[in-house]
Amino acid sequence: MGEFKVHRVRFFDYIPSGIRALAFNRDTERMAVARIDGSVEVFHCSDRFFQEKIIPGREQCGTEGLSWVGERLFSAGLNGGITEYDLTNQKVKYTIDAYGGPIWTITGNQQGTHLAVGCEDGTVKLFEVNEDKIQFERNLDRQKSRIISLSWHPSGSKIAAGMIDMIQIFNVETGHSIHRMLADRGVGTSQSKECVVWGVVYLSDGTIISGDSVGMVKLWDDQTGTLIKSHNVTKCDVLALSVSQNEDSLVAGTSEGTVVQFQFVSVVLGKDDKEWVRTRTFKNHTHDIRAVEEITTAVVSGGMDAQLVVRPLLDKIEVRSAASALRKIHFPHRRLVSCARKSGLMLFQYPGHLELWRLGESEGKGLPGSSLFVKRNPEKLLHLKVKGEDHIHCSAVSPCGEWIVYSTASSLRLYRLHCDNNNISITKISKLPKVLSSANQLCFSSDSSHLISASTQSSVHLVSLSQAGCKFVGTLKPKSGSHQAIHLLATSEDGKWLASASSDHDVHIYNLQTRKAHCTVPVYSSAVTAMGIHPTTNCLFMMYADQQMCEYSIEQKQYTDWSRTVQRKGLHRLWLERDTPCLNVMFNPQNPSHVILHDTYMICIIDQSLPLPDDKTQFYNQLTLKSLPEEQRKSHSHAFKLCKNFKDILCVELMSDQSLVVVERPLEDVAAQLPAPIKQKKFAT
Amino acid sequence: MAALYEGYTLCGVGAVQNSSNIGILGVEQGRDIDHVLVTDSSRCITIYKVSDQRATGSWSVKQGQIISCPAVFNTQSQEYVVVTDDKVVRVWKEDDVNLEKAFKATVSADVLRVLSATDSEPVVLFCCGAVRFLDLLLASPQQPIEHVLAEDEIIRWSTIVKAEHQLVILFSTEQRGEHCLYVQRFNPNTLVKHRFETEPCLSAPISFSATCRGSNIHLLYLYLNGSVYESVLPLRSSSTGAEGVLALSRSLCLSLPLGEEKLMSGAVVVLDEAHVAVVGFPHPSAGACKDYLCIWNTHFQTLQACKEMAGRIYSQLWCYSGKLYIPHGKMLSVIPFECQKSSLAAALGKLKQTSQSESKSCSFVSSWTAQTYSDVTQTTEIKSRMATRNNSNVKSVDQLIEHIKTSAVEDVQAEVGEFIRRTPQADLQLAVGRVALELVSRSQTDANFYPQCVFLQLLETRYLCYSVCPELLSLAMVKKDLHLCQIAFQIFSDIPEAVTCAYLKTILSTSDSEMETVNLDTDSVMFMKELTRAQSRSDEEGGQLNGFCSPALESDVSDTLSNKLQRDPLALDMSCPVGLHKGALLNEVLQTAYSDRPLLPHLKDLTVPQVIVFLQYLRFLYFKYCHDAHKQIRALRTPSISQIIDWVCLLLDAHFTVLAVAPEAKRLISDLHKFVRSQVKLYAELGKIEGSLQVLNSKRSEDFGMYAIQVIELF
Repeated sequence: MGEFKVHRVRFFDYIPSGIRALAFNRDTERMAVARIDGSVEVFHCSDRFFQEKIIPGREQCGTEGLSWVGERLFSAGLNGGITEYDLTNQKVKYTIDAYGGPIWTITGNQQGTHLAVGCEDGTVKLFEVNEDKIQFERNLDRQKSRIISLSWHPSGSKIAAGMIDMIQIFNVETGHSIHRMLADRGVGTSQSKECVVWGVVYLSDGTIISGDSVGMVKLWDDQTGTLIKSHNVTKCDVLALSVSQNEDSLVAGTSEGTVVQFQFVSVVLGKDDKEWVRTRTFKNHTHDIRAVEEITTAVVSGGMDAQLVVRPLLDKIEVRSAASALRKIHFPHRRLVSCARKSGLMLFQYPGHLELWRLGESEGKGLPGSSLFVKRNPEKLLHLKVKGEDHIHCSAVSPCGEWIVYSTASSLRLYRLHCDNNNISITKISKLPKVLSSANQLCFSSDSSHLISASTQSSVHLVSLSQAGCKFVGTLKPKSGSHQAIHLLATSEDGKWLASASSDHDVHIYNLQTRKAHCTVPVYSSAVTAMGIHPTTNCLFMMYADQQMCEYSIEQKQYTDWSRTVQRKGLHRLWLERDTPCLNVMFNPQNPSHVILHDTYMICIIDQSLPLPDDKTQFYNQLTLKSLPEEQRKSHSHAFKLCKNFKDILCVELMSDQSLVVVERPLEDVAAQLPAPIKQKKFAT
Repeated sequence: MAALYEGYTLCGVGAVQNSSNIGILGVEQGRDIDHVLVTDSSRCITIYKVSDQRATGSWSVKQGQIISCPAVFNTQSQEYVVVTDDKVVRVWKEDDVNLEKAFKATVSADVLRVLSATDSEPVVLFCCGAVRFLDLLLASPQQPIEHVLAEDEIIRWSTIVKAEHQLVILFSTEQRGEHCLYVQRFNPNTLVKHRFETEPCLSAPISFSATCRGSNIHLLYLYLNGSVYESVLPLRSSSTGAEGVLALSRSLCLSLPLGEEKLMSGAVVVLDEAHVAVVGFPHPSAGACKDYLCIWNTHFQTLQACKEMAGRIYSQLWCYSGKLYIPHGKMLSVIPFECQKSSLAAALGKLKQTSQSESKSCSFVSSWTAQTYSDVTQTTEIKSRMATRNNSNVKSVDQLIEHIKTSAVEDVQAEVGEFIRRTPQADLQLAVGRVALELVSRSQTDANFYPQCVFLQLLETRYLCYSVCPELLSLAMVKKDLHLCQIAFQIFSDIPEAVTCAYLKTILSTSDSEMETVNLDTDSVMFMKELTRAQSRSDEEGGQLNGFCSPALESDVSDTLSNKLQRDPLALDMSCPVGLHKGALLNEVLQTAYSDRPLLPHLKDLTVPQVIVFLQYLRFLYFKYCHDAHKQIRALRTPSISQIIDWVCLLLDAHFTVLAVAPEAKRLISDLHKFVRSQVKLYAELGKIEGSLQVLNSKRSEDFGMYAIQVIELF
């Protein structure tokens, strides 16, 4: 079917940032994740954990806690500020200082009226949540040591606070402490080390559960302020606790990378006297678990090893499906690499800088499976540091390789690249139109003549580029619908069409020549993870988070016949069970019936002229086809041609010389750059 | 979990005359769960209200009279019943003051006990084994009582079990060291005798406890060595007792730890399906002290609760409605307990919800061999199924079995062949065992009848296993049918170690010349041929094996002596110590499954020459394997090197002292030792470079650095 020359690139030193906090919103089924670099991400738990929203971080942010209040998301950090996020436009809405020094924890009450933050100066500060802002209300009685963890009683009348060596219970009305419970220090040498209560959970029956640096999970009674029971979970720290909604299950994350589950069950079958019993232990992390959340059917945990692990609780799952598989999310569901297809350049997006590389060149030809001699090594052309503290939100290089653009939360910068022989120079385009102040997504038209920038309120700005500079052409707005931020843009090869996908699953198509909205693709229940417009037929090909695919004819404003056939026949079971979303859709100009897709573990070429596989067909059939003689291949082949030679793929792009660029980031390389985990004694070592 | 709560003293116990038993004859349930009836051997019967710890009534017999069995309460007539002086039955009511004035009747034989269950007429058990309902006995007290037991057979223990309106009396007897269990059922009256399985080191069961669950009686009994066995008896049995003595199948459900002191007595009582209470056995962690009451979980073999009892403990223990009654020191204590069902499995989400109802009546099969005539319902069911499925020209199992009993070998062979071909798989599985049993039993009685081909046919169905027909292998060994043995060893996966050893002994004691005439499985013989030939070939090729030709060889081809000197000292100059066929059979033994602890004692039965031959053969195999000879040989079943080494170890363990002193073994052992030492050294050295080899290996696979341009092809 075809040979491809593949540039296999492993020098993108992307290091995902460690996870610091998790917050689960049961009503919307969204999981918010705060990372150590200050970025906040929102995953949709019932849509295959697709990463819907990314709000980039900033230097020195030090986020320590996250909390949902209704559909509003708040964070607090060691910089002493409380931040509310604008989730519609994926940016920080405002930050106010709590004036209590670094904030260690933030939590909202169930009623959605107040936020409590625990500060370095020993105060618990209550903030009233208003319509558009939060307002400081008062301090609870000030303590001598910092407040590490907080938990509201579900009634909202009491707060438990974890501190150093103790736990305090406050009456919210009076602000006075009701009980003080002392957490024991460890025995032996650790006697001198203070016991840090890293997590507290206040249950509606008055039980307080704490996890501390001695490795204990302790249960306390808030009426008497006494210890009911303690479980020694680990020799290291218990860093995070979370309780299920109906308070019958508790998970504790430890610095050994284990999650320990406790369940509230009756010890005797059929009796009512229930106890918290340690039941299961999951070990899916190599490093400290900093945050853990029990959602309806799974335990979600994250930590220093930067992966988000979704461990389903099999007793709560009725049928085996994609939702019942262990899911590990290592990389963002956005593209961090953009390629200049026509000039062989790659732009790597790091949080604080950009790198521009030129691909190497090979000599001669090789047999399939072999490596070619590299005549010229890849070359780093540019290292562009970001001005200011904000991290990069999105970036792009134009297909011709002449323009580079990036945007942070506060600014957008456009550069022009001059390349003559070995001299590289860039010039910043100074006078940008005002609308280009920041962007959620950026792309260039295929002839590099226009820059397209997705802005707030789902609007798209069109700017023409020329030697002289850039000129604002117009703004495209959707006719109706919501105004969630756009996370994907796609332009057609002939420069006539533009498609935009936003995080509420809307896909709008605009005519760039008339600068008018052309049509809207029917809304599907799953998010669009990648899309592309076919260069010859002008059909929009979309991949969804639930692994479905659709092809929509822009000109006829309807799904194509092929797309309808796919929907009718259904996709192969093995295709639907993949657990990473497709991140790019490409087309092979030499063979219009080919659509090239990739996810983290494979590259797939869909040949629309071949029959679709049904569930009885062998899906991964490349090896079989290889062993068959040429004339028999046709009868055995089906539309999906999967190449699994690569893994941990961040980006695949088809260059204009028909070669593929595959940017891999092997997880071993990431692990090698993580700090050493807690050393554990194993057998005789 | 189970718990023992704080106990209290019910009553003091009078002076102890004989040392083994305290002066309490028995504790029986009174008129409700809060009342118990305590009969002591000093002529006194007392009713206690347990919750109040006080006596509510007491009667005693005159001086000179002896109470010979514990008093019981007849719940139907609200009367108390006791037997004095072995023959006098006394019945009285609660408000009778004087026992002398109560009703009494003298019966014609010695009464052992009166047994009473709630809401049913008490049953009188006579020392001779006969039983009568009390009302029928009292209607004519002087009625003759038949002798059920033999003259010198003594009843050691008895109990009554009631469930589903069915009364069952169980009693165990001793006769000249033989212990039996009798099961007396009523309506219809049947008495079934079971024999306890005995082992040489075990004496008699010292304590019994029977409970009824579902439609089975679970009988637990304790031996002095700490084993607690359970036997399951059906509540209703179809057997009439006419079959004679049945073996009592049992399963070990608990092994109690023993202290250093020799135990004399102990008692066990069942609390629920998972828990038993035990006295008289030491606490596992409290040393040799025996004065503990322990609750053990028989499912998990764990000690659940224990309590130290003050004063010495007697081997008496009763359990009524959540309370244990235990005499100790000079008192009778009441200890409430609680047993709970663990819900750990439920917590883990593994258990949806257990239905506590027992499985349906377990058909009582005393052992596999008894299956053919034990369970009528089951066989009829099979019969009917077979009858419907099979067409008429194939014989049913029963017809076939009848035929086997009389026909000639050739006829049997033809018919069984036909039967196997025609019968559906599922039915065949059930039928093969019965056919094999019948064939074996005929062969055992009829010396001229030995249908080897039929046995092979049956084995080839793969539906036979050792437990279905244990006699088959011993029959084959008696008939010296080594071919059949070999096939059976290949197919059976459940051959006991004792049989494995017996077979081993048979092989080793058969001479090689005799062995060569036997027709064996060709694959195994081929393997042996190849193994020995590989050796001779390497002998021929000599020095050229390594691609090295010694100068001496070049100069003088005939100089074989220098050739030998040049060779690796480890290269084999050895020939196979046993014949090909013997080797093939030994290989089969090596591949048999076994556990070493049961095997060792049986291995000791081998004689020294046998051990040495076997060890020589194992050494030969081991050396061969280390020279990679076996890798070139294609055979379906070959012993693995770990199996060979395991057997060497086992053999050395079993005969260590003998081998150490036997002069003819010295060379063999030292050879083995040298070789093993060199191997250990070699592997230690190899271990050192393993790490670096591993790294090289992993690097080579995927190492292209940071960048490569590759070509892929998609089809």
